[in-house]
Formats: sequence, structure tokens, C-alpha cells
Amino acid sequence: MVEKMSFSHRLNTQLTTLTNRFKQRALPALGEFFDSDVEATQRSRVRVSKMAMYYLISIGTALLLTGALVAAVGHSPWGIVSDLYRGSVSTPGAFGRTLDNTYPILFVALGTMIAVRAGMFNIGQSGQLVIGATAAGFVALKVSGPGPLVLVLALLASIVGGALWAGISALLYAWRRINVVISTLLLVYVATQILSYVVSNRSLLQEPAPPGGAAGGLPQSSLVPMDVRLPHPGAYPSFGFSSALVIGLVVVGVAFVALKQTSWGVKLRMLGANSVAARRFGVRVVAMGIAALMISGALAGFAGGAMLTGDVYRVQAGFANTYGNDGLLAALVCNDRVGALIPVALAFGIIRTGGDFFLSTGVPAYLAQVLQGLLVLAAVFPPVYLDRRLWLQRLKAARVGAFRSTVPA
Amino acid sequence: MSASSDTVIVLSGVVAQSAPLLFAATGEYAAERTGTLNISIEAMMLSGSYCAVVFGSLANNAVVGLLAGVAAGFVVSFIHANFSHRLSANTFVVGLTLDAIALAVTDFFATLSSPPFIKITSFQVPILSHIPIVGTAIFNEPWPLYLLIVIIPGVWWVVGHTRIGLEGRAAGEDPVAADANGISVNKRRRQGLYLAGGLSGLGGAYLSLCIVGTFNYDMTAGIGFVVIAAVIFGGWTLSGALVGALLFGAASAMGLVLPTIGYQVNPQLLLALPYVAALVAMIFLAKSQNAPRALAQPFSRESLV
Repeated sequence: MVEKMSFSHRLNTQLTTLTNRFKQRALPALGEFFDSDVEATQRSRVRVSKMAMYYLISIGTALLLTGALVAAVGHSPWGIVSDLYRGSVSTPGAFGRTLDNTYPILFVALGTMIAVRAGMFNIGQSGQLVIGATAAGFVALKVSGPGPLVLVLALLASIVGGALWAGISALLYAWRRINVVISTLLLVYVATQILSYVVSNRSLLQEPAPPGGAAGGLPQSSLVPMDVRLPHPGAYPSFGFSSALVIGLVVVGVAFVALKQTSWGVKLRMLGANSVAARRFGVRVVAMGIAALMISGALAGFAGGAMLTGDVYRVQAGFANTYGNDGLLAALVCNDRVGALIPVALAFGIIRTGGDFFLSTGVPAYLAQVLQGLLVLAAVFPPVYLDRRLWLQRLKAARVGAFRSTVPA
Repeated sequence: MSASSDTVIVLSGVVAQSAPLLFAATGEYAAERTGTLNISIEAMMLSGSYCAVVFGSLANNAVVGLLAGVAAGFVVSFIHANFSHRLSANTFVVGLTLDAIALAVTDFFATLSSPPFIKITSFQVPILSHIPIVGTAIFNEPWPLYLLIVIIPGVWWVVGHTRIGLEGRAAGEDPVAADANGISVNKRRRQGLYLAGGLSGLGGAYLSLCIVGTFNYDMTAGIGFVVIAAVIFGGWTLSGALVGALLFGAASAMGLVLPTIGYQVNPQLLLALPYVAALVAMIFLAKSQNAPRALAQPFSRESLV
């Protein structure tokens, strides 16, 4: 009995030590991850553990809501979970497809993050992606030359195309102070129609008429020639991934360093945080904003070019396939943390790839986007909710204090 | 085909295409004057158009459908308002997410069971509909159009001439000063957004119940953003926003009307026309110095401490 007591006592002590160690070392690190804002004073342990709890609750709510939606239409929520798993990560081949769905989101999200950091809310990524793909399609299908050279030219064209398309909004902003949010959004619809025009005209990109002499033909381009495609080691039934993913990881790494370690990165952040102060510090506000917006467009355009030469292989109506919006939402989830980009993009890739399997259960594949949207809201909620709670607490404390000071001792 | 019948086709096309924009622009005007650049308007219109069709045909009653549209828009605005103006989440983040969710949810249900057909037929206004050309085009429309006769002056009066409206505009111009004067800034902003939600939902309901007669995949297709452009184009005045809505409605009507009266125009150009028109109009005509000075800037008392 005595030994048991001492054992449990020892266990208790050890657990306490462990917890303390966790609180001292791991939690600040976690805090760094969850909470990137500069106000280090607010990064208290209470805040972090509360924040983790709120994240659990809000993500749980998003999952519950999705489950309820599935149950309400008469299907099993567990079936959905198993679909998600089977479709996206259960086999090497499925995981390869997830990776192929991840890299466009990664590029678009990185671009979004750079633009938002400079205070430019670029939300026209799908338009920039479409224009990038169209530009790459023109080069890949119309320029003759050695394959690898044409490939590089096509990818460059996609970068330039996306950057110029975002550049229109940048120009409108610089010239007439037209709101970037609105102009980038409106240009999405224009870009969609340009794509549609280009792939339904034989003189432009539409594929040649089929030999039967049929007049119509589908609104799509021919397939990109074999030697103008990005290398794709491995193919579906077994594991494989597009080399665009490697490029994506490298670019994220470079951006991480550039944003954190260079004066350019600091200026960018300064511009987004307070443009007046940034101007005082000698940041060329308008030029920097335009640059950020165009980089963002370039990355979205490159996503289009990489998709074209990496796994879609032809320009067609509906090419953007919500990648632009997914990348945008992924960036918003990351809330200005470049390090979170890769896991979040991967999670979005998993939801997208697994979502294609929902149909096998009889649930419309749109459920994946519902889930995705709810998860974004769930990620937005905890920090702002905690801020509000802390504020109300302080307010209450201040009021009580004020009341006490009025009561004579 | 005679010239006068062409005029009628064009005019009634313009009226039909502008009507949803007019409803939504009236609401968006209120939201922007109180300081919200309401990106979730697309979600409000889309969910409004879906719910109007579904509940309208369930109850077999157009009024129920319209009310369901208003309610759907209000629900979206409620989420947006409480995320952005009670908590302090970024308004664009919340708005865009709501747009994505509304698109996905409506598509989800529309794929599950195809949306029913229900259409409100035209109502001939007595006497006025006998006016040649104009009468047939404007006074022979579905009756919910005439709600605008009440709504537009109502919003004009509330936003411009009542205490609550002036407080809301103060919240949009200078939230810090408004707060110092005892105005509950975020409450007024939420209320502006609720108004936008209800009216945009009504606009969506008009689109599905009165023009199309059913719900289609992504049937609003960005016209919510055109509405925002209309308000900007109108220099943040109600009359300007309505002119903008009419202009962009006319641009999208051309896509339907020109082929009917025998002109061959590139279909892609016609589809892109309202968006291009919105951009060009903003470039040349918008007076951005009229913008509410705190437009799209969050306000929280914490930041004052």
C-alpha cells in the first residue's frame, strides 16, 4: 500500500515535471505556429492553450456540420470519411494524385500571401491562372523548336501572362485608385470569356476538326506535344508526381527566405501593416504594391502553365477548375504564415482528391468544397474570438476597478 | 420586325436584367455607406435565388419564395456581420469564404435533386401598361419589380434622413469619431450589412423566380461583384448606384437581346460585356474621392486602447 502510494506519487511528480517542461518549451513553439503576430506580449501560455482548445472546438463544429449535412440527405458521414481516406492517401497512386492536386494550390496561395502582405487583396487568381495557361498553351502549341526550350518558353509565357493580367488591376489602382479587390474579381469573368473565345476558334487554339468532317468540335485545344511536357515521374496506378511540385517547394523555400530575411520582405510587411509609416521609411508604396500584385499574378499564372504542361495537357473551358479559389482560401487559412502553406495546401489537395470519391457513395462531390469552406471559417474563428474574449475580460476588470475606486474605503 | 417592337424587346430586356441588380445595389449602397465592402453579396444573391425557388415551390406560393430569398440573404449577412463587425475577422476573408460556401452548398443540393420550376408571371399595371412601347416594356413585368417603388425611397430616407442612417454613415466615414460620440459603430455596420443581405437575397430571388424560373448552377455568375462596381461607379450615392445597375443591366441584356433582334455578335464578347463595362465605367467615371473614408477598414475599440 505504501509502495503503491509512493509509486503514484512519483508518477504524479514526473507527470508534473513533464507537463511543466511541455508548457515551457513546446507551448511557446506552438504559440509561434498558431500566432504569428508581432505582439509577443500577448503570446502567453494561457492564450496558447485556450487557442488550441478553440481550434479543436471550431474545427470539430465544421466537421459536425458537414456530417449533419451528409446525414440530412440520407448518407453515412462515416462513408464520407472513408471516401476521403481511400481517394486521397490510402494507396501510393492516390497519394500521387493528391500531390498533383496540391501544387497549383501551393503556387496560388503563395502569390496570394505575398499580395495580401503588401495590403493588396488580389482575389482574381482564377483569372490570372487561366490567362497564364492560355499564354503557355499558345507557346506550347504554336512555337516549334526543341522540346525543353519550348517548355521553358511556355512556362515563362504563363508567368508573364499571369503577371500582366494582374498588372491590369495594378495599373488601374495606380492610375485611378480603382479598388484592387473589385478589379481583380471582375477580370476573372473577362479572363474566362477570353479562354472560351480562344479555344472555340480554329485560327487560335481550338483543336483541328475531327477527320469525319464534323463542323463543330469541342471547345478545347489539341494536346500539348509529348516533349513539351513537364517531367512526371511515375503514373497513376503507382506512385507519381509532377515535377511542378518540386518547383513549388523550391519557390516556397525561396519566398520564405526572401520574406523573412531580406529588406524587401520587411518593406513588404511594413507596407501592408501601415502604408503611411512605410512611406516615411522610404518605401516606394505604389511601386511596391504593384510589384506584389504582379508577383502574385505571376505565381497564379505559373500554376496555370504548370497544370497545362504538367498533367492537364490541353487548354479547355473550365480549365481553372476552382484551383484559383482553393489557393486563395488556402492562403487565407495560413493567415500570413509562409510555413503553414505546405501543410494547408496538402490538406486542400487531400479534400479535393478525396472529394472525387464522394460520388461513389452517392453524395455530390461539391460536398468537398462545403467542407473546405467551413474549415476555412473554422480557422478564421479562434484568434478573433479569443481577442474578443480577452477584451471583454479586461473591460469587465476595468469596470470593477473603476467601481471599487469610487466606493469609499 | 418593326423598329418599335425592337425597342420594346431591348427595353424589357434591360428592365429584366437590371432588376436584380437594382435590388442588390440598393442594399450594397447601405452596406458601403456604413463601411463594409460587402464581398459576400454574391453568396447572398446565390443563396437567395436557390432558397426562393425551393421554398416557393414547396409552399406553391411566390410570396413565400421571395421571403425565403430575403431570409437566405439575411443568414449570410448575419454570419458575415458577426464575424467581421462583432469579432474582428477580415471582411474579405469572411466574404470570400461565404461566397465559396454558398456556391458549394447550392450546387450540392441542386445536384442532389434538380431544382423545381416556379415562375412569377408578368403583371399588367392598369392604365400605364397601355402606354405605347414604354408601357409594354416597363409596366408589364413580374409584380415584385414594383417593390422597388417602396424600397428605393425607403432606403434613401433611412440612410440619408434618419438618426440610425446618419449614425451608420458616420460609422462608415470616421468610426473613431463616431465612437467618441457614443455611436455603436459595429452595431450600425452590422445593421447596414443586414439590410444589404435582405435586399441582395431579394435580388437573387427576383433573378430565379421572375426571370429564369428555376435555379441553375452558379446562376448569379459574378453579378454580385458587378453590383459592387455599380455602387463604386455611382460615387457612393444611391441614385448613382442605381444608374450603374441600370447601365450594367443593359450591358448584360445586350447579350440576350442582340441575337433576338438579328445582330450577330461574338457570344464571348457579349458574356464579358457587363464586367468590361463595369471596369471601363469605374476607370472613366468613378469619383473615388467620394468613397466612405473608412470603407473596408475594420473598427474595434481594442485598437483604441
